[in-house]
Amino acid sequence: MTEFITEEMTLNMGPQHPSTHGVLRFQLTSDGEVIHSVKPDVGYLHRSIEKIAEKVTYHGFMPYTDRVDYVAAMNSNFAWALTVEKLGGYQVPERAEYLRVIAAELNRISSHLIMLGVMAMDIGAVTPFPYFLRERETINDLLEELCGARLTYNYIRIGGVSSDLPDGFRDRALRFLDHFEPIIDEFNRLITYNEIFVNRLANIVIIPREQAIAWALVGPNLRASGVKWDLRKDEPYSIYPQVEFDIPVGKGEVGTVGDCFDRFIVRVDEMRESSKIIRQCLDKMPEGEIQSKLPRQLKPPKGEVYVRSESARGEMGYYLVSNGGLNPERVKIRTGSFSAMAIMEEVSKGIMIADMVALISSLDVIAPEIDR
Amino acid sequence: MERLADYIVYNLPFLQQIPRVIVDLIIMLFFATCMLLFWVALFAGITSWVERRVAGRIQSRIGPNRVGPQGFLQWIADGLKCFLKEDFVPAAADKKLFLLAPYIVFAGMFAVFVVVPFGDGLIISNLNIGIFYVLAISSLVVVGILMSGWSSNNKWSLLGGMRSAAQIVSYEIPVSLAILPVILLTGSLGMQDIIRAQGPYPWQWFAFHNPFTFIAFFIFFIGALAEGNRTPFDIPEAESELVAGYNTEYSGMRFVFFFFAEWANLYIIAALTVTLFLGGWNTPAHLYTNLFGLLHRSVDVAGTFVFILKSLFLVFVIIWIRWTLPRLRVDQMMDVCWKYFVPFSFANIVGTIIWMVLADAAPVLGYVRYILFVVGLMVPLAIAMKITRNFRLAKSEIHLNPFI
Repeated sequence: MTEFITEEMTLNMGPQHPSTHGVLRFQLTSDGEVIHSVKPDVGYLHRSIEKIAEKVTYHGFMPYTDRVDYVAAMNSNFAWALTVEKLGGYQVPERAEYLRVIAAELNRISSHLIMLGVMAMDIGAVTPFPYFLRERETINDLLEELCGARLTYNYIRIGGVSSDLPDGFRDRALRFLDHFEPIIDEFNRLITYNEIFVNRLANIVIIPREQAIAWALVGPNLRASGVKWDLRKDEPYSIYPQVEFDIPVGKGEVGTVGDCFDRFIVRVDEMRESSKIIRQCLDKMPEGEIQSKLPRQLKPPKGEVYVRSESARGEMGYYLVSNGGLNPERVKIRTGSFSAMAIMEEVSKGIMIADMVALISSLDVIAPEIDR
Repeated sequence: MERLADYIVYNLPFLQQIPRVIVDLIIMLFFATCMLLFWVALFAGITSWVERRVAGRIQSRIGPNRVGPQGFLQWIADGLKCFLKEDFVPAAADKKLFLLAPYIVFAGMFAVFVVVPFGDGLIISNLNIGIFYVLAISSLVVVGILMSGWSSNNKWSLLGGMRSAAQIVSYEIPVSLAILPVILLTGSLGMQDIIRAQGPYPWQWFAFHNPFTFIAFFIFFIGALAEGNRTPFDIPEAESELVAGYNTEYSGMRFVFFFFAEWANLYIIAALTVTLFLGGWNTPAHLYTNLFGLLHRSVDVAGTFVFILKSLFLVFVIIWIRWTLPRLRVDQMMDVCWKYFVPFSFANIVGTIIWMVLADAAPVLGYVRYILFVVGLMVPLAIAMKITRNFRLAKSEIHLNPFI
């Protein structure tokens, strides 16, 4: 009798694969459906944005930050503006702060909408996706009115924002929020509490609190593991201390805290909170300047600074070294997706291929944000 | 079919000089081509359009609307496009198997149409082993799928093929077992006999005959969905997991054959469910047609109409399910099959036998079918109420007009 030889299969998931959300590659070793090890392979979308920063001016780098995270470009803009302002000690008019927060939170909602829709699609429910994107269209329209672009905004500038609210923006934004807040419940009826959907996500790839902290998960992924950590509250910047909002954390509603379902539902709840913030900002917004007077050519003093802010995918930090010249000496960008990729190898042992797909989309990794 | 051949040969004397086997063969080929062109191809094509339109409305978009009125000719355009595409074979593929696989899948599906009834007397061949033949011949599909998965020399295709094989083989058991109560009640395997054993009114259907056939109906329908690789069991072609499953490497006409089989399979699932559980072509109007004496009994127009209408409604339900539900995971799908469906179907058979004995002793049990009919009516009613509730709660605009 010949010996029956079995061997593990090496599967190549990506760079072109429907559920890797961009150009991402995983090297899976699997025994049939069960995955033994996952090796994330990043770098397919590397555009040397950090190196480009050394060649352009401080103002000139702003459009590149759009490309760091194109799904939440506004938050990326915001982080860069905060960094340079902190290093140079530049002031921002109060109205501009409100405009920044409105834009950033609108963008956070649209980013979460994409993530939720794509995740539902990865689980096999194609129908919710157009519904999520339909709401995102309205946000895109609003942001287009605000800054003229629908995806890469380049709206937030160092020392302010590029343009004031157009006429009637406030009404249209409020009308959208009135429409959108009940829609979230509709989404929950449509997909969130669907029996099959819950079964597919509950208790799948649980990332406990300690592990999430140890692997430096950030943002909604960290909060889904039950850690109440949000830079908007814990290290407040801009006008976030003046608005009221809650930080949703994973409660293990249908399974264990930190499972895929928690990572889904945390983002659903965050959309409600963002909507709350936008309402308050629209109410409280003072009149005044939107851009402080800054020299055309910025020359921040010599020194270095690390500023972090809460992007849609968690902590987005810019480490900036200045030599006092026109260009930054060095820029390093710290993004949420990159640390989410790191944990992939650790948590995905022994799961099935279908769970792997759920894990990738639940961590909400965006390929350009991983590679910069 | 034999009667038809006899009739043709009788009326055309020159055919009598040719050996009968050849005449039969030609007649069979002729009718098979007719079936393929005028029913299966037409149905598969139009269903592809219907499915995309329905999906469009479900997903708050329009769907294909460019080719022809309301995009109705889209399926012809797609078919032509695929004809013109290169028939690509991957370099490392097992060429013979790769080229053969789509035809085997298609043959396995198409051969089932031999015993699918369309009306009283309207059946290609009323085999005395009807339903047994369906179970046997449709297993050919899994061979084709496995072949395509293996020969593509693509690991994702292989996974898809394996998943499909495991799924279809597993679900064949509960599906076959769910058919057994019906066969027990009929005492025959023939499709027309099964239909004749039922009556035109819903409470005379086998679905409501007794509690066990009631459960068997649901097991059969869900199991058939799984055998047809439809959502929530579309695991073999899970596009977000396996790219496209076993048909990843196929292009052009061979790719079309897979989808041809899939859409035609929709009709088979629906027609078998209608035959076995929902009264088939039985219709009160059936009697009227005969009263007129205009149409011979073998051309039962009203019955055919009712049968196809019921089947099309089920096809719509299957499409509806597909665009509503997420996908199960492989192990969950197997759980459903082996932990719930198989034991339940076994219990169903035993239950039906006991029921038959009891019903002979106590005819009063015959009234249970009315209760079951009411219970069965509750299911669509509950769904309708849920839909109304969602409509009431919905804040977004609702467009009910399917034609924009």
